[in-house]
Amino acid sequence: MNQIWNIARKEFSDGLRNRWMLAISVVFALLAVGIAWFGAAASGQIGFTSIPATIASLASLATFLMPLIALLLAYDAIVGEDEGGTLMLLLTYPISRGQILLGKFVGHGMILGLATLIGFGCAAVAIAVLVPEIELAMLVWAFTRFIVSSTLLGLVFLALAYVLSSRAAEKSSAAGLALGLWFLFVLVFDLALLAVLVISEGTFSPEALPWLLLLNPADIYRLINLAGFESSSSTVGVMALAGDLPVSSAVLWGCLVAWVVASLALAHWMFARRTA
Amino acid sequence: MNAVELHNVYQQYGSMAVLDNISLSLAEGEVLGLFGHNGAGKTTTVRLILGLLQATTGEVRVLGGTPGESDIRRQIGFLPENVTFYPQLTGRETLLHFARLKGAAVQQVDDLLEQVGLTAASSKRVKTYSKGMRQRLGLAQALLGRPRLLLLDEPTVGLDPIATQELYQVIGRLRDEGTSIVICSHVLPGVEPYIDRAAVLALGRLEAVGTLHELRSQAQLPVRIRAAGLTVAQLSAPEVQAIRPLHGVWHELLVAPMDKLATVQRILQLQPQDLEVQPPSLEDLYCYYMEQAGALGVAGVQQ
Repeated sequence: MNQIWNIARKEFSDGLRNRWMLAISVVFALLAVGIAWFGAAASGQIGFTSIPATIASLASLATFLMPLIALLLAYDAIVGEDEGGTLMLLLTYPISRGQILLGKFVGHGMILGLATLIGFGCAAVAIAVLVPEIELAMLVWAFTRFIVSSTLLGLVFLALAYVLSSRAAEKSSAAGLALGLWFLFVLVFDLALLAVLVISEGTFSPEALPWLLLLNPADIYRLINLAGFESSSSTVGVMALAGDLPVSSAVLWGCLVAWVVASLALAHWMFARRTA
Repeated sequence: MNAVELHNVYQQYGSMAVLDNISLSLAEGEVLGLFGHNGAGKTTTVRLILGLLQATTGEVRVLGGTPGESDIRRQIGFLPENVTFYPQLTGRETLLHFARLKGAAVQQVDDLLEQVGLTAASSKRVKTYSKGMRQRLGLAQALLGRPRLLLLDEPTVGLDPIATQELYQVIGRLRDEGTSIVICSHVLPGVEPYIDRAAVLALGRLEAVGTLHELRSQAQLPVRIRAAGLTVAQLSAPEVQAIRPLHGVWHELLVAPMDKLATVQRILQLQPQDLEVQPPSLEDLYCYYMEQAGALGVAGVQQ
Protein backbone atom coordinates (compact mmCIF):
# COMPACT_ATOMS: atom_id res chain seq x y z
CA MET A 1 0.00 0.00 0.00
CA ASN A 2 2.81 2.32 0.99
CA GLN A 3 4.73 1.49 -2.16
CA ILE A 4 1.70 2.32 -4.32
CA TRP A 5 1.53 5.71 -2.65
CA ASN A 6 5.27 6.28 -3.16
CA ILE A 7 4.89 5.81 -6.91
CA ALA A 8 1.63 7.78 -6.99
CA ARG A 9 3.09 10.83 -5.27
CA LYS A 10 5.95 10.96 -7.76
CA GLU A 11 3.56 10.78 -10.72
CA PHE A 12 1.35 13.41 -9.15
CA SER A 13 4.20 15.82 -8.47
CA ASP A 14 5.46 15.21 -12.01
CA GLY A 15 2.01 16.26 -13.21
CA LEU A 16 2.18 19.44 -11.16
CA ARG A 17 5.76 20.15 -12.19
CA ASN A 18 5.30 19.84 -15.93
CA ARG A 19 2.03 21.81 -15.65
CA TRP A 20 -0.11 19.03 -17.10
CA MET A 21 -2.62 19.53 -14.35
CA LEU A 22 -2.75 23.28 -14.79
CA ALA A 23 -3.14 22.94 -18.57
CA ILE A 24 -5.96 20.40 -18.31
CA SER A 25 -7.81 22.44 -15.69
CA VAL A 26 -7.60 25.63 -17.73
CA VAL A 27 -8.71 23.90 -20.94
CA PHE A 28 -11.68 22.33 -19.18
CA ALA A 29 -12.67 25.58 -17.48
CA LEU A 30 -12.48 27.63 -20.67
CA LEU A 31 -14.38 25.07 -22.73
CA ALA A 32 -17.04 24.62 -20.08
CA VAL A 33 -17.66 28.33 -19.67
CA GLY A 34 -17.56 28.82 -23.43
CA ILE A 35 -20.06 26.07 -24.04
CA ALA A 36 -22.37 27.22 -21.27
CA TRP A 37 -22.63 30.71 -22.75
CA PHE A 38 -22.14 30.21 -26.45
CA GLY A 39 -23.29 26.62 -26.90
CA ALA A 40 -26.62 27.78 -28.25
CA ALA A 41 -25.10 30.31 -30.64
CA ALA A 42 -25.90 28.06 -33.58
CA SER A 43 -29.61 28.49 -32.90
CA GLY A 44 -29.26 32.24 -32.73
CA GLN A 45 -29.11 32.60 -28.97
CA ILE A 46 -26.30 33.86 -26.81
CA GLY A 47 -26.19 33.21 -23.10
CA PHE A 48 -26.93 30.34 -20.79
CA THR A 49 -29.87 28.23 -22.02
CA SER A 50 -30.52 25.28 -19.71
CA ILE A 51 -28.66 22.80 -17.55
CA PRO A 52 -29.59 19.73 -19.67
CA ALA A 53 -28.47 21.42 -22.88
CA THR A 54 -25.21 22.56 -21.29
CA ILE A 55 -24.42 19.15 -19.85
CA ALA A 56 -25.27 17.50 -23.18
CA SER A 57 -22.89 19.81 -25.05
CA LEU A 58 -20.17 19.40 -22.42
CA ALA A 59 -20.54 15.62 -22.49
CA SER A 60 -20.18 15.37 -26.24
CA LEU A 61 -17.06 17.50 -26.02
CA ALA A 62 -15.61 15.54 -23.09
CA THR A 63 -16.21 12.32 -25.01
CA PHE A 64 -13.52 13.47 -27.41
CA LEU A 65 -11.21 15.28 -25.03
CA MET A 66 -11.14 13.09 -21.94
CA PRO A 67 -9.86 9.92 -23.66
CA LEU A 68 -7.30 11.94 -25.60
CA ILE A 69 -5.93 13.63 -22.49
CA ALA A 70 -5.85 10.38 -20.52
CA LEU A 71 -4.00 8.60 -23.33
CA LEU A 72 -1.51 11.46 -23.68
CA LEU A 73 -0.91 11.47 -19.94
CA ALA A 74 -0.22 7.75 -19.64
CA TYR A 75 0.87 6.27 -22.95
CA ASP A 76 4.57 6.29 -21.96
CA ALA A 77 4.02 5.17 -18.36
CA ILE A 78 5.77 1.82 -18.79
CA VAL A 79 7.59 2.01 -22.12
CA GLY A 80 8.92 5.47 -21.26
CA GLU A 81 10.50 4.20 -18.03
CA ASP A 82 11.89 1.26 -19.94
CA GLU A 83 13.48 3.48 -22.58
CA GLY A 84 14.73 5.86 -19.91
CA GLY A 85 16.39 2.97 -18.11
CA THR A 86 14.58 3.52 -14.81
CA LEU A 87 12.22 0.55 -15.15
CA MET A 88 15.00 -1.99 -14.68
CA LEU A 89 16.25 -0.15 -11.61
CA LEU A 90 12.71 0.10 -10.24
CA LEU A 91 12.20 -3.64 -10.67
CA THR A 92 15.25 -4.38 -8.50
CA TYR A 93 13.57 -2.52 -5.64
CA PRO A 94 11.22 -4.19 -3.16
CA ILE A 95 8.15 -3.31 -5.22
CA SER A 96 5.97 -5.53 -7.37
CA ARG A 97 4.86 -4.80 -10.91
CA GLY A 98 1.28 -4.57 -9.68
CA GLN A 99 2.30 -1.90 -7.19
CA ILE A 100 4.14 0.09 -9.87
CA LEU A 101 1.10 -0.06 -12.15
CA LEU A 102 -1.42 0.80 -9.43
CA GLY A 103 0.82 3.61 -8.17
CA LYS A 104 0.95 5.16 -11.60
CA PHE A 105 -2.81 4.70 -11.95
CA VAL A 106 -3.49 6.44 -8.64
CA GLY A 107 -1.08 9.28 -9.45
CA HIS A 108 -2.37 9.88 -12.97
CA GLY A 109 -5.94 9.41 -11.75
CA MET A 110 -5.43 12.11 -9.14
CA ILE A 111 -4.11 14.54 -11.77
CA LEU A 112 -7.01 13.81 -14.10
CA GLY A 113 -9.67 13.80 -11.38
CA LEU A 114 -8.49 17.02 -9.76
CA ALA A 115 -8.09 18.82 -13.09
CA THR A 116 -11.62 17.76 -14.06
CA LEU A 117 -12.98 18.87 -10.70
CA ILE A 118 -11.21 22.23 -10.85
CA GLY A 119 -11.93 22.91 -14.52
CA PHE A 120 -15.58 21.97 -14.65
CA GLY A 121 -16.13 22.99 -11.04
CA CYS A 122 -15.10 26.55 -11.92
CA ALA A 123 -17.64 26.53 -14.75
CA ALA A 124 -20.35 25.30 -12.39
CA VAL A 125 -19.52 28.05 -9.91
CA ALA A 126 -19.57 30.64 -12.69
CA ILE A 127 -23.02 29.48 -13.77
CA ALA A 128 -24.31 29.48 -10.19
CA VAL A 129 -23.06 33.01 -9.63
CA LEU A 130 -23.85 34.62 -12.97
CA VAL A 131 -27.13 32.99 -14.05
CA PRO A 132 -30.10 34.36 -12.11
CA GLU A 133 -32.78 32.00 -10.80
CA ILE A 134 -30.77 28.85 -11.50
CA GLU A 135 -31.94 25.67 -9.80
CA LEU A 136 -28.94 25.15 -7.56
CA ALA A 137 -29.77 21.60 -6.53
CA MET A 138 -30.18 20.55 -10.14
CA LEU A 139 -26.94 22.29 -11.12
CA VAL A 140 -24.93 20.61 -8.36
CA TRP A 141 -26.45 17.20 -9.09
CA ALA A 142 -25.88 17.46 -12.85
CA PHE A 143 -22.31 18.72 -12.57
CA THR A 144 -21.39 16.20 -9.88
CA ARG A 145 -22.60 13.39 -12.10
CA PHE A 146 -20.83 14.91 -15.07
CA ILE A 147 -17.51 15.39 -13.25
CA VAL A 148 -17.51 11.92 -11.66
CA SER A 149 -18.45 10.17 -14.90
CA SER A 150 -15.87 12.20 -16.86
CA THR A 151 -13.19 11.18 -14.39
CA LEU A 152 -14.28 7.55 -14.68
CA LEU A 153 -14.06 7.78 -18.45
CA GLY A 154 -10.57 9.21 -18.06
CA LEU A 155 -9.62 6.34 -15.75
CA VAL A 156 -10.75 3.80 -18.35
CA PHE A 157 -8.45 5.35 -20.92
CA LEU A 158 -5.58 5.67 -18.44
CA ALA A 159 -5.83 1.92 -17.88
CA LEU A 160 -6.07 1.29 -21.63
CA ALA A 161 -2.96 3.46 -22.10
CA TYR A 162 -1.10 1.20 -19.65
CA VAL A 163 -2.11 -1.81 -21.74
CA LEU A 164 -0.52 -0.20 -24.82
CA SER A 165 2.44 1.04 -22.84
CA SER A 166 3.16 -2.42 -21.43
CA ARG A 167 2.87 -3.95 -24.88
CA ALA A 168 4.83 -1.45 -26.98
CA ALA A 169 8.56 -1.86 -27.51
CA GLU A 170 9.11 1.82 -28.20
CA LYS A 171 7.60 5.05 -26.98
CA SER A 172 6.76 6.17 -30.52
CA SER A 173 4.80 3.02 -31.26
CA ALA A 174 2.93 3.43 -27.97
CA ALA A 175 1.98 6.95 -29.09
CA GLY A 176 0.76 5.61 -32.42
CA LEU A 177 -1.26 2.87 -30.76
CA ALA A 178 -2.78 5.41 -28.37
CA LEU A 179 -3.90 7.58 -31.24
CA GLY A 180 -5.36 4.54 -32.98
CA LEU A 181 -7.22 3.52 -29.86
CA TRP A 182 -8.68 7.00 -29.47
CA PHE A 183 -9.81 6.99 -33.08
CA LEU A 184 -11.37 3.56 -32.66
CA PHE A 185 -13.46 4.31 -29.58
CA VAL A 186 -14.34 7.93 -30.28
CA LEU A 187 -15.03 7.87 -34.02
CA VAL A 188 -14.82 4.50 -35.74
CA PHE A 189 -16.93 2.51 -33.27
CA ASP A 190 -20.09 4.60 -33.70
CA LEU A 191 -19.71 4.79 -37.46
CA ALA A 192 -19.25 1.04 -37.64
CA LEU A 193 -22.32 0.53 -35.51
CA LEU A 194 -24.40 2.78 -37.75
CA ALA A 195 -23.03 1.00 -40.80
CA VAL A 196 -24.06 -2.36 -39.40
CA LEU A 197 -27.50 -0.94 -38.74
CA VAL A 198 -27.88 0.43 -42.25
CA ILE A 199 -26.34 -2.43 -44.21
CA SER A 200 -28.15 -5.19 -42.33
CA GLU A 201 -31.50 -3.49 -43.12
CA GLY A 202 -33.10 -4.83 -39.99
CA THR A 203 -31.86 -8.41 -40.35
CA PHE A 204 -29.50 -7.74 -37.48
CA SER A 205 -31.46 -8.26 -34.32
CA PRO A 206 -32.61 -4.76 -33.31
CA GLU A 207 -32.78 -5.82 -29.66
CA ALA A 208 -29.11 -6.75 -29.62
CA LEU A 209 -27.78 -3.59 -31.18
CA PRO A 210 -28.17 -1.21 -28.24
CA TRP A 211 -26.24 -3.64 -26.06
CA LEU A 212 -23.26 -3.19 -28.34
CA LEU A 213 -22.99 0.36 -27.03
CA LEU A 214 -21.74 -1.11 -23.76
CA LEU A 215 -18.65 -2.29 -25.63
CA ASN A 216 -17.52 1.30 -25.95
CA PRO A 217 -16.73 3.19 -22.73
CA ALA A 218 -17.17 6.51 -24.52
CA ASP A 219 -20.74 5.54 -25.45
CA ILE A 220 -21.50 4.38 -21.91
CA TYR A 221 -20.30 7.76 -20.71
CA ARG A 222 -22.54 9.59 -23.12
CA LEU A 223 -25.50 7.41 -22.14
CA ILE A 224 -24.94 8.26 -18.48
CA ASN A 225 -24.91 11.98 -19.13
CA LEU A 226 -27.66 12.17 -21.76
CA ALA A 227 -30.11 9.72 -20.24
CA GLY A 228 -30.27 11.68 -17.02
CA PHE A 229 -32.68 14.17 -18.47
CA GLU A 230 -36.18 13.14 -19.57
CA SER A 231 -36.45 15.75 -22.27
CA SER A 232 -33.16 15.16 -24.04
CA SER A 233 -33.84 16.37 -27.50
CA SER A 234 -30.21 16.28 -28.51
CA THR A 235 -29.90 12.52 -28.79
CA VAL A 236 -28.61 11.97 -32.27
CA GLY A 237 -26.74 9.23 -34.08
CA VAL A 238 -26.21 6.00 -32.21
CA MET A 239 -27.39 7.64 -29.01
CA ALA A 240 -30.91 7.31 -30.34
CA LEU A 241 -30.49 3.57 -29.93
CA ALA A 242 -30.13 4.05 -26.23
CA GLY A 243 -33.84 4.60 -25.89
CA ASP A 244 -34.22 0.87 -26.53
CA LEU A 245 -31.73 -0.06 -23.86
CA PRO A 246 -33.70 -1.36 -20.90
CA VAL A 247 -31.04 -0.76 -18.26
CA SER A 248 -30.93 1.58 -15.32
CA SER A 249 -28.19 4.16 -14.95
CA ALA A 250 -26.72 2.08 -12.11
CA VAL A 251 -25.94 -0.60 -14.66
CA LEU A 252 -24.26 1.97 -16.90
CA TRP A 253 -22.12 3.20 -14.02
CA GLY A 254 -21.30 -0.41 -13.21
CA CYS A 255 -20.24 -1.01 -16.81
CA LEU A 256 -17.91 1.98 -16.76
CA VAL A 257 -16.31 0.78 -13.52
CA ALA A 258 -16.03 -2.70 -15.02
CA TRP A 259 -14.18 -1.20 -17.95
CA VAL A 260 -11.67 0.39 -15.56
CA VAL A 261 -11.11 -2.86 -13.66
CA ALA A 262 -10.88 -5.04 -16.77
CA SER A 263 -8.46 -2.68 -18.52
CA LEU A 264 -6.24 -2.50 -15.44
CA ALA A 265 -6.23 -6.29 -15.15
CA LEU A 266 -5.27 -6.58 -18.81
CA ALA A 267 -2.52 -3.98 -18.33
CA HIS A 268 -1.16 -5.91 -15.35
CA TRP A 269 -1.13 -9.11 -17.35
CA MET A 270 0.71 -7.40 -20.20
CA PHE A 271 3.18 -5.76 -17.83
CA ALA A 272 3.89 -9.05 -16.08
CA ARG A 273 4.78 -10.61 -19.43
CA ARG A 274 7.14 -7.80 -20.37
CA THR A 275 10.82 -8.72 -19.96
CA ALA A 276 12.78 -6.32 -17.84
CA MET B 1 26.03 -18.39 5.17
CA ASN B 2 27.20 -17.22 1.75
CA ALA B 3 25.80 -13.97 0.40
CA VAL B 4 25.35 -15.44 -3.07
CA GLU B 5 25.30 -19.05 -4.19
CA LEU B 6 24.82 -20.29 -7.73
CA HIS B 7 24.56 -24.05 -8.19
CA ASN B 8 24.84 -25.49 -11.70
CA VAL B 9 22.96 -22.58 -13.18
CA TYR B 10 21.97 -22.90 -16.80
CA GLN B 11 20.31 -19.96 -18.52
CA GLN B 12 18.79 -19.94 -21.96
CA TYR B 13 17.51 -17.11 -24.18
CA GLY B 14 15.57 -18.77 -26.95
CA SER B 15 17.77 -21.64 -28.06
CA MET B 16 21.01 -19.93 -27.05
CA ALA B 17 22.73 -20.89 -23.81
CA VAL B 18 23.82 -17.66 -22.14
CA LEU B 19 25.07 -19.29 -18.96
CA ASP B 20 26.30 -22.85 -19.03
CA ASN B 21 26.54 -24.73 -15.74
CA ILE B 22 27.76 -21.89 -13.53
CA SER B 23 28.55 -22.59 -9.89
CA LEU B 24 29.80 -19.65 -7.93
CA SER B 25 29.65 -18.38 -4.38
CA LEU B 26 30.35 -15.14 -2.60
CA ALA B 27 31.14 -15.11 1.12
CA GLU B 28 30.05 -12.34 3.46
CA GLY B 29 32.39 -9.38 3.40
CA GLU B 30 34.04 -10.59 0.22
CA VAL B 31 34.68 -8.57 -2.95
CA LEU B 32 34.33 -10.59 -6.12
CA GLY B 33 35.37 -9.28 -9.51
CA LEU B 34 33.25 -10.65 -12.34
CA PHE B 35 35.06 -10.38 -15.66
CA GLY B 36 34.39 -11.42 -19.22
CA HIS B 37 34.01 -10.21 -22.78
CA ASN B 38 30.83 -8.44 -23.91
CA GLY B 39 28.06 -11.01 -23.91
CA ALA B 40 29.98 -13.45 -21.71
CA GLY B 41 27.09 -13.57 -19.25
CA LYS B 42 28.10 -11.03 -16.60
CA THR B 43 24.93 -9.00 -16.83
CA THR B 44 22.81 -12.16 -16.96
CA THR B 45 24.49 -13.38 -13.78
CA VAL B 46 23.75 -10.07 -12.08
CA ARG B 47 20.12 -10.24 -13.23
CA LEU B 48 19.77 -13.73 -11.81
CA ILE B 49 21.06 -12.52 -8.46
CA LEU B 50 18.63 -9.59 -8.56
CA GLY B 51 15.74 -11.90 -9.38
CA LEU B 52 14.99 -10.10 -12.66
CA LEU B 53 15.49 -13.46 -14.39
CA GLN B 54 14.68 -17.02 -13.43
CA ALA B 55 17.39 -19.58 -14.04
CA THR B 56 16.31 -22.10 -16.68
CA THR B 57 17.78 -24.83 -14.49
CA GLY B 58 19.92 -24.76 -11.38
CA GLU B 59 19.57 -22.92 -8.10
CA VAL B 60 20.31 -19.34 -7.09
CA ARG B 61 20.33 -18.38 -3.40
CA VAL B 62 20.86 -14.81 -2.26
CA LEU B 63 21.35 -13.82 1.40
CA GLY B 64 19.77 -17.09 2.42
CA GLY B 65 16.60 -16.56 0.40
CA THR B 66 15.22 -16.67 -3.10
CA PRO B 67 16.23 -13.75 -5.31
CA GLY B 68 13.40 -11.34 -6.04
CA GLU B 69 11.72 -11.59 -2.64
CA SER B 70 10.96 -8.16 -1.22
CA ASP B 71 12.90 -8.84 1.98
CA ILE B 72 15.95 -9.89 -0.01
CA ARG B 73 15.72 -6.96 -2.42
CA ARG B 74 15.65 -4.50 0.45
CA GLN B 75 19.13 -5.74 1.44
CA ILE B 76 20.66 -5.47 -2.04
CA GLY B 77 22.17 -2.37 -3.61
CA PHE B 78 22.51 -2.30 -7.38
CA LEU B 79 24.31 0.11 -9.65
CA PRO B 80 23.36 -0.72 -13.25
CA GLU B 81 25.66 -0.11 -16.18
CA ASN B 82 25.05 3.38 -17.63
CA VAL B 83 22.62 4.26 -14.86
CA THR B 84 19.90 6.78 -15.74
CA PHE B 85 17.35 8.59 -13.62
CA TYR B 86 14.28 10.77 -14.08
CA PRO B 87 15.68 13.88 -15.80
CA GLN B 88 13.09 16.22 -14.33
CA LEU B 89 13.87 15.41 -10.69
CA THR B 90 16.74 16.95 -8.76
CA GLY B 91 19.48 14.73 -7.36
CA ARG B 92 18.02 15.00 -3.90
CA GLU B 93 14.47 14.26 -5.04
CA THR B 94 15.75 11.23 -6.93
CA LEU B 95 17.43 9.80 -3.86
CA LEU B 96 14.40 10.59 -1.69
CA HIS B 97 12.13 8.75 -4.11
CA PHE B 98 14.32 5.66 -4.15
CA ALA B 99 14.88 5.84 -0.38
CA ARG B 100 11.13 5.70 0.18
CA LEU B 101 10.79 2.78 -2.22
CA LYS B 102 13.54 0.92 -0.42
CA GLY B 103 12.26 1.76 3.05
CA ALA B 104 15.55 3.48 3.86
CA ALA B 105 15.86 6.24 6.43
CA VAL B 106 15.28 9.60 4.75
CA GLN B 107 18.12 11.14 6.81
CA GLN B 108 20.51 8.87 4.94
CA VAL B 109 19.90 10.83 1.73
CA ASP B 110 21.91 13.89 2.77
CA ASP B 111 24.73 11.75 4.17
CA LEU B 112 25.00 9.87 0.89
CA LEU B 113 24.92 13.05 -1.21
CA GLU B 114 27.78 14.32 0.94
CA GLN B 115 29.65 11.05 0.61
CA VAL B 116 29.56 11.04 -3.20
CA GLY B 117 30.31 14.75 -3.43
CA LEU B 118 26.94 15.87 -4.82
CA THR B 119 25.78 18.10 -1.97
CA ALA B 120 26.36 21.27 -3.99
CA ALA B 121 24.49 19.88 -7.02
CA SER B 122 21.72 18.19 -5.03
CA SER B 123 19.06 20.77 -5.93
CA LYS B 124 19.90 20.79 -9.64
CA ARG B 125 17.90 18.65 -12.03
CA VAL B 126 19.46 15.35 -13.04
CA LYS B 127 19.24 16.29 -16.73
CA THR B 128 21.95 18.89 -16.12
CA TYR B 129 24.29 16.29 -14.59
CA SER B 130 27.43 15.06 -16.31
CA LYS B 131 27.93 11.33 -16.80
CA GLY B 132 30.26 11.23 -13.82
CA MET B 133 27.69 12.97 -11.62
CA ARG B 134 24.99 10.54 -12.72
CA GLN B 135 27.31 7.70 -11.88
CA ARG B 136 27.91 9.12 -8.38
CA LEU B 137 24.18 9.53 -7.90
CA GLY B 138 23.82 5.92 -9.02
CA LEU B 139 26.32 4.82 -6.40
CA ALA B 140 24.51 6.81 -3.70
CA GLN B 141 21.29 5.12 -4.83
CA ALA B 142 22.91 1.70 -4.51
CA LEU B 143 24.02 2.47 -0.94
CA LEU B 144 20.50 3.40 0.26
CA GLY B 145 19.33 1.29 3.16
CA ARG B 146 22.84 -0.02 3.99
CA PRO B 147 22.74 -3.10 1.75
CA ARG B 148 24.38 -6.37 2.78
CA LEU B 149 25.05 -7.20 -0.85
CA LEU B 150 26.22 -4.67 -3.41
CA LEU B 151 26.21 -5.31 -7.16
CA LEU B 152 28.17 -2.79 -9.20
CA ASP B 153 28.10 -3.02 -12.99
CA GLU B 154 30.91 -0.93 -14.51
CA PRO B 155 30.96 1.46 -11.54
CA THR B 156 33.90 3.59 -12.70
CA VAL B 157 32.65 4.45 -16.20
CA GLY B 158 32.66 8.23 -16.58
CA LEU B 159 34.40 8.86 -13.27
CA ASP B 160 37.58 10.93 -13.17
CA PRO B 161 40.66 9.37 -11.50
CA ILE B 162 40.01 11.06 -8.15
CA ALA B 163 36.36 9.99 -8.08
CA THR B 164 37.46 6.48 -9.08
CA GLN B 165 39.85 6.34 -6.12
CA GLU B 166 37.07 7.59 -3.84
CA LEU B 167 34.76 4.89 -5.15
CA TYR B 168 37.30 2.20 -4.38
CA GLN B 169 37.80 3.66 -0.92
CA VAL B 170 34.06 3.43 -0.34
CA ILE B 171 34.14 -0.16 -1.54
CA GLY B 172 37.03 -0.96 0.81
CA ARG B 173 35.22 0.59 3.77
CA LEU B 174 31.97 -1.28 3.01
CA ARG B 175 33.87 -4.54 2.75
CA ASP B 176 35.43 -3.91 6.16
CA GLU B 177 31.91 -3.41 7.51
CA GLY B 178 30.98 -6.86 6.19
CA THR B 179 29.21 -5.95 2.94
CA SER B 180 29.57 -8.50 0.16
CA ILE B 181 30.34 -6.88 -3.17
CA VAL B 182 30.28 -8.00 -6.80
CA ILE B 183 32.03 -5.73 -9.31
CA CYS B 184 31.73 -6.19 -13.06
CA SER B 185 34.33 -4.15 -14.87
CA HIS B 186 36.48 -3.93 -17.95
CA VAL B 187 38.95 -1.63 -16.20
CA LEU B 188 41.03 -4.51 -14.89
CA PRO B 189 44.10 -2.62 -13.59
CA GLY B 190 41.77 -0.34 -11.63
CA VAL B 191 39.92 -3.05 -9.73
CA GLU B 192 42.87 -5.41 -9.30
CA PRO B 193 43.99 -4.15 -5.87
CA TYR B 194 40.47 -4.13 -4.44
CA ILE B 195 39.09 -7.57 -5.20
CA ASP B 196 39.46 -10.65 -3.02
CA ARG B 197 38.59 -13.08 -5.78
CA ALA B 198 38.13 -12.95 -9.52
CA ALA B 199 35.71 -14.94 -11.66
CA VAL B 200 36.32 -15.05 -15.40
CA LEU B 201 33.38 -15.78 -17.69
CA ALA B 202 33.82 -16.60 -21.36
CA LEU B 203 31.09 -17.68 -23.76
CA GLY B 204 28.74 -18.35 -20.87
CA ARG B 205 31.10 -20.66 -19.02
CA LEU B 206 33.02 -19.99 -15.85
CA GLU B 207 36.63 -20.30 -17.01
CA ALA B 208 38.33 -19.57 -13.71
CA VAL B 209 37.54 -18.44 -10.20
CA GLY B 210 39.85 -17.81 -7.28
CA THR B 211 42.18 -15.31 -5.62
CA LEU B 212 44.73 -13.67 -7.90
CA HIS B 213 47.36 -15.86 -6.24
CA GLU B 214 45.41 -19.00 -7.04
CA LEU B 215 44.79 -17.93 -10.61
CA ARG B 216 48.46 -17.14 -11.10
CA SER B 217 49.64 -20.51 -9.88
CA GLN B 218 46.96 -22.18 -11.99
CA ALA B 219 47.83 -20.28 -15.16
CA GLN B 220 51.62 -20.47 -14.70
CA LEU B 221 52.11 -17.29 -16.72
CA PRO B 222 55.70 -16.03 -16.87
CA VAL B 223 56.88 -13.36 -14.45
CA ARG B 224 58.34 -10.16 -15.93
CA ILE B 225 61.71 -9.13 -14.56
CA ARG B 226 63.14 -5.81 -15.70
CA ALA B 227 66.79 -5.00 -15.21
CA ALA B 228 68.70 -1.82 -16.00
CA GLY B 229 72.35 -1.47 -17.01
CA LEU B 230 73.02 -5.07 -18.05
CA THR B 231 73.62 -6.55 -21.50
CA VAL B 232 71.58 -9.27 -23.19
CA ALA B 233 74.57 -11.59 -22.92
CA GLN B 234 74.78 -11.04 -19.16
CA LEU B 235 71.05 -11.59 -18.68
CA SER B 236 70.74 -14.72 -20.85
CA ALA B 237 70.31 -18.04 -19.09
CA PRO B 238 68.66 -21.36 -19.97
CA GLU B 239 65.59 -20.72 -17.78
CA VAL B 240 64.90 -17.29 -19.34
CA GLN B 241 62.03 -17.67 -21.81
CA ALA B 242 62.52 -14.39 -23.64
CA ILE B 243 64.49 -11.14 -23.45
CA ARG B 244 63.49 -7.91 -25.11
CA PRO B 245 65.05 -4.47 -24.91
CA LEU B 246 62.96 -1.67 -23.42
CA HIS B 247 63.69 2.04 -23.57
CA GLY B 248 67.14 3.20 -22.45
CA VAL B 249 69.22 0.75 -20.46
CA TRP B 250 66.29 -1.49 -19.56
CA HIS B 251 65.66 -5.08 -20.63
CA GLU B 252 62.69 -7.30 -19.86
CA LEU B 253 62.99 -11.01 -19.13
CA LEU B 254 60.20 -13.57 -18.98
CA VAL B 255 60.71 -16.49 -16.60
CA ALA B 256 58.46 -19.18 -15.19
CA PRO B 257 57.14 -18.36 -11.66
CA MET B 258 59.22 -21.20 -10.17
CA ASP B 259 62.45 -19.70 -11.61
CA LYS B 260 61.67 -16.20 -10.39
CA LEU B 261 63.70 -16.11 -7.15
CA ALA B 262 66.76 -17.85 -8.64
CA THR B 263 66.81 -15.44 -11.58
CA VAL B 264 66.50 -12.39 -9.34
CA GLN B 265 69.38 -13.64 -7.19
CA ARG B 266 71.52 -14.25 -10.26
CA ILE B 267 70.83 -10.77 -11.68
CA LEU B 268 71.51 -9.07 -8.34
CA GLN B 269 74.98 -10.65 -8.32
CA LEU B 270 75.59 -8.91 -11.68
CA GLN B 271 74.99 -5.60 -9.87
CA PRO B 272 72.32 -3.99 -12.06
CA GLN B 273 71.51 -0.27 -11.78
CA ASP B 274 67.91 -1.12 -11.01
CA LEU B 275 65.52 -4.09 -10.90
CA GLU B 276 61.72 -4.52 -11.12
CA VAL B 277 59.69 -7.70 -10.70
CA GLN B 278 56.10 -7.84 -12.03
CA PRO B 279 53.89 -10.86 -11.42
CA PRO B 280 51.29 -11.48 -14.15
CA SER B 281 48.60 -8.83 -13.83
CA LEU B 282 44.86 -9.43 -13.73
CA GLU B 283 44.83 -8.29 -17.34
CA ASP B 284 47.42 -10.93 -18.29
CA LEU B 285 45.39 -13.59 -16.51
CA TYR B 286 42.21 -12.39 -18.18
CA CYS B 287 43.77 -12.58 -21.64
CA TYR B 288 45.17 -16.01 -20.84
CA TYR B 289 41.76 -17.40 -19.84
CA MET B 290 40.04 -15.76 -22.81
CA GLU B 291 42.54 -17.46 -25.10
CA GLN B 292 42.01 -20.77 -23.31
CA ALA B 293 38.27 -20.46 -23.88
CA GLY B 294 38.75 -19.60 -27.53
CA ALA B 295 36.92 -16.36 -26.87
CA LEU B 296 39.45 -13.94 -28.32
CA GLY B 297 37.80 -11.54 -30.70
CA VAL B 298 34.33 -12.48 -29.48
CA ALA B 299 32.09 -9.45 -29.34
CA GLY B 300 28.76 -10.57 -28.00
CA VAL B 301 25.63 -8.54 -28.26
CA GLN B 302 24.54 -6.92 -25.02
CA GLN B 303 21.33 -8.51 -23.78
